[in-house]
Amino acid sequence: MRQRPDRVELADAVLNGSRRALARALTLVETGGPPARALLGAVFPHTGRAHIVGLTGAPGVGKSTLATALALHWRRAGRTVGIVAVDPTSPFSGGAILGDRIRMQALSGDPGVFIRSMANRGRLGGIARATGDAVLLLDAAGFDVVLVETVGAGQDEVEIAAAAHTTIVIEIPGAGDDVQTIKAGILEIADLLVVNKADREGADVTVRQLRAMLNLSDLSGAGWTPPVLAAVAASGEGIEAIAAAAAHHLEYLRVSGRFADDTRKRAEYELRVALQETALERAQSDRAGWKTLVAQIASRAIDPYAAAEHLLNTPGNVAM
Amino acid sequence: MEHKIRVLVAKPGLDGHDRGAKVIARALRDAGMEVIYTGIQQTPEMIVEAALQEDVDVIGLSILSGAHMTLLPRVMQLLREQGMDDVLVVAGGIISDDDARVLKMQYGIAEVYGPGASTLEIARFIQERCATKA
Ligand SMILES: Nc1nc2c(ncn2[C@@H]2O[C@H](COP(=O)(O)OP(=O)(O)O)[C@@H](O)[C@H]2O)c(=O)[nH]1
Ligand SMILES: [Mg+2]
Repeated sequence: MRQRPDRVELADAVLNGSRRALARALTLVETGGPPARALLGAVFPHTGRAHIVGLTGAPGVGKSTLATALALHWRRAGRTVGIVAVDPTSPFSGGAILGDRIRMQALSGDPGVFIRSMANRGRLGGIARATGDAVLLLDAAGFDVVLVETVGAGQDEVEIAAAAHTTIVIEIPGAGDDVQTIKAGILEIADLLVVNKADREGADVTVRQLRAMLNLSDLSGAGWTPPVLAAVAASGEGIEAIAAAAAHHLEYLRVSGRFADDTRKRAEYELRVALQETALERAQSDRAGWKTLVAQIASRAIDPYAAAEHLLNTPGNVAM
Repeated sequence: MEHKIRVLVAKPGLDGHDRGAKVIARALRDAGMEVIYTGIQQTPEMIVEAALQEDVDVIGLSILSGAHMTLLPRVMQLLREQGMDDVLVVAGGIISDDDARVLKMQYGIAEVYGPGASTLEIARFIQERCATKA
C-alpha cells in the first residue's frame, strides 16, 4: 500500500488526459500486481462511458485496416478513439512482433486517437490478460470509442464478446464456400458481420451465405439479428454503414435492457478474474508455505483441495 | 510479473527497403522482447508519437537513406521535448565512423551498428542497458 499515493497521482494524470501518463498506466496494468490494482481502483469510478467495440477474424482479413477506417470515420464525426491491438506472443522466446500499427499510419498525428499494441503473453481466447484493464484505462481517459483488435488466431476468440459491447466478426469473400471454416461459435459472438475485401469476387455470395446461416441458427430469435455488411476497408467503402450498425446495436442494447444485463455479466467476469488473481497472488506470497504445500501434495500427504481450503482459510490470504 | 522490454523498430526516411529492420525485429523478438514494428517511411514525429503511446524502453532505427544526420538528431530532440530522455535509442545502417561518433557524443544515440553487425550482439546490448536502468 506504500505505492498508493503515486498510483493515485498517475490515475489523476490519466483522467486529466495526459497521454504519457496513459502510456505508463497501460504498461503498469500489463505488468499487473498490487500497484496496477491500486491504479485501476482509482480510475474505475470514471469508467463505463465508452462504446467498446471488438474486431475479430482470421489473420489477414483486414482487422487493422478496418479499425483504421472506422477510427477515421468516427474522428470526422468528432468522436475520439482508443485502440488496443493484440498480437500473439511467441511460445518459444516469450517475445512478440506487434505489427498492427503498420496499417494504422493514417491515424498518426491525431491527438484524438491513441493506439496501443499488446502481446497476448500466452493467454488463449484472442485477447491478453490485461486487455480488459487497458480498455478501462482508455475509457477513463475519455475516449468515446474503444476498439479492440483481437489476435485473430482463428480459434475460439470468445473472450472479446465478454469484453466488448459490440463485437464485429470479419470474414472475406469465399469464406462461406466451406461452411466448416465458419465456426458456429464465431457467429454466436457476432453482433455485426462484415465481409471485407468486397472488391474481390464473390463478396455478394458470401454475404448471402452468411445471412442464410444466421437465419438457420436460432440467433435471430434473440431480438437482434446481426446485420451482414460488405466493405472495402482499404478504400473506406461501406464503413459508414458499419459505424451506423454499431451505433444501432448500442442503442438496441440500451433500449432492450441488455446493456444493464451485459454490464452485470461483465462485472461478474471482472470479479471472477480479479478474485482468481488476487487469491493466487496472496496464497503465493508466502513462498515457503506454498512450496511446502506443493511438496505435501506431491508426496500424497495432503490432497490439492484440502491444501486450497487451508490457503483460503489462512488469515490475510483472501480477506480484503 | 516481470517487465518485458518493449522496443519500437522503425524505418525513417523515404527509401522503401525494410529488410534490415525486419531482421532486427525478429532477432529482438527471439531474444524475448516485445517489438512494435511500425514499418517504412516514418517521420521523426511519427516515431516519437508511437514510442510515447507504446511506452517503449528502446527505439531501434534503421536508416539507409543517408539522411541520418538530420533524422536522428530530430528524433532525439523530439524525445527530449516529450521528457522521454530515458528511452534508449540505437541506430543501424550505413553510417560513417565520424558520423557515428557525432551521433553518440553530441546527440545521445546509445549505439550505432553497421550493416554487418551481429543481431545477437545488438540484443545483448539492449538487455544489458535495460537491466542497469531498471
Ligand atoms: N483487396 C483488399 N485488401 C484489403 C482490404 N482491407 C485490407 N486489405 C489488405 O489485407 C491485408 C491484411 O490487412 P490487415 O488489416 O493487416 O489484416 P489483419 O491481420 O486482420 O489485421 C493488407 O495487405 C491490407 O492492405 C480490402 O478491403 N480489400
Ligand atoms: Mg492486424
